[in-house]
Amino acid sequence: MARYDRAITVFSPDGHLFQVEYALEAVRKGNAAVGVRGTDIVVLGVEKKSTAKLQDSRSVKKIVSLDDHVALVCAGLKADARVLVNKARIECQSYRLTVEDPVTVEYITRYIAGLQQKYTQSGGVRPFGLSTLIVGFDPHLGVPALYQTDPSGAFSAWKANATGRNSNSMREFLEKNYKETSGQETVKLAIRALLEVSYFLSSGCTFEFIFHKLPEHA
Amino acid sequence: MKFDTSGLESTASVFGTAGRELVDGFAAAAPPAFELPVTKDFDGFQKEAVQMVKPAKGTTTLAFIFKEGVIVAADSRASMGGYISSQSVKKIIEINPYMLGTMAGGAADCQFWHRNLGIKMHEVQLARLPGEVGSGSCSTGLVLTASWLLDLCDICTYIFSLCRLHELANKRRISVTGASKLLANILFSYRGMGLSVGTMIAGWDETGPGLYYVDSEGGRLKGTRFSVGSGSPYAYGVLDSGYRFDMSIEEAGELGRRAIYHATFRDGASGGVASVYYVGANGWTKLSGDDVSELHYKYYPTVSTEASESDQMVEA
Repeated sequence: MARYDRAITVFSPDGHLFQVEYALEAVRKGNAAVGVRGTDIVVLGVEKKSTAKLQDSRSVKKIVSLDDHVALVCAGLKADARVLVNKARIECQSYRLTVEDPVTVEYITRYIAGLQQKYTQSGGVRPFGLSTLIVGFDPHLGVPALYQTDPSGAFSAWKANATGRNSNSMREFLEKNYKETSGQETVKLAIRALLEVSYFLSSGCTFEFIFHKLPEHA
Repeated sequence: MKFDTSGLESTASVFGTAGRELVDGFAAAAPPAFELPVTKDFDGFQKEAVQMVKPAKGTTTLAFIFKEGVIVAADSRASMGGYISSQSVKKIIEINPYMLGTMAGGAADCQFWHRNLGIKMHEVQLARLPGEVGSGSCSTGLVLTASWLLDLCDICTYIFSLCRLHELANKRRISVTGASKLLANILFSYRGMGLSVGTMIAGWDETGPGLYYVDSEGGRLKGTRFSVGSGSPYAYGVLDSGYRFDMSIEEAGELGRRAIYHATFRDGASGGVASVYYVGANGWTKLSGDDVSELHYKYYPTVSTEASESDQMVEA
């Protein structure tokens, strides 16, 4: 099988794109991230490994906003994340410029997923080594949304999901304990999901959370 | 014309923004453009081109927002200088169930555009909208005056197809703001090339009724009352003096009809049939299509005068 992982444009005989699968491996080594959708709130959480003593921890932000109403967290290669986020931010503004409307969460997710797919079907490039969790509210209907993308360019909507390190355990926990919640209950669920896996990690790791509440003017 | 699907690509490419280092399968969507003619005097040529268009712009169209929605009305005469080429041009055209297109111009162009549009809409009728996403529906009435070149017809086809593609991709109808912005951007890219277009886009979307005026200079204005065409001053007179925000649908339709009639009465380049459409939360409906000469006798019925009766008595 070693012959089939050089140029990603080549399929292996049993239908795999190995570069994409290796990218997923890189994702599995990234920091744990969780996203939960409530009835009037969306929550994103990510664990931050303890920063080195001399490092300025404020410069390490893992949850980024793409626009006023959309936020994103990645698991995987951080440098790839920066490139992807920059392109997504430009797209958000470009959309506002052409249609005079904020993007919907689904649209920007589709754009990011399209970007990730593009890099799996071009020559001389490798896929982005990251999966993203994207949350936000529909600008007109005020409906909360949570989406996930992966290096293959696939995306789907979720009620709750996890990615990165130990994502399987987190997802199992979420599946067992998920209920339609709102407000603080949703935040608590996300926190508990992260605690579930980081209990085993080295002490001193912190979490970063963001939660969007339904904007009043929706 | 090859069906241009650049509308499916990210909007960023329209403005040539960053991120093109990758050799990608999508060609960068350059804005559509004419090949410029090679002449000694390009400015003079442009002036001539615009002059050629002017007679074909004879029309009266109007649209206004009121409490219940939007009224869109237009005449139906196509003229070339002093010659009336058609009295039955459809200037408000139904593009698809939620979009109206109106225009004036060369009759052949109109027919081409209409047929072309129908074909294009047939091509893109790929999927039905699965259940309503938003609470309101969007009906975009497009009032387009003076479509001149066949390429302009292609622009209109393109913009309507863009709207439909937007709807298919995003599972919700494009807003009036969005549709007018798309058209304005396209017209801007043709700026200085001799197009003469004054459009109104009217519709009802998730934010309620909307009305935009878009012209071939690339200008775009949001407003509540517009009239476009050679008969517009006359239409404005009637429209502005009779307008109230809280009218009923019948009253508003009657105002639009009367405004078009008075414009056709005084403007030689407008005439034919006064069509009035209403755009509301449930879409557009055609309110009426009356021959303006019949409207004339409705508004100003002939009354037999006393003088002729007394003449008769004298003779007897």
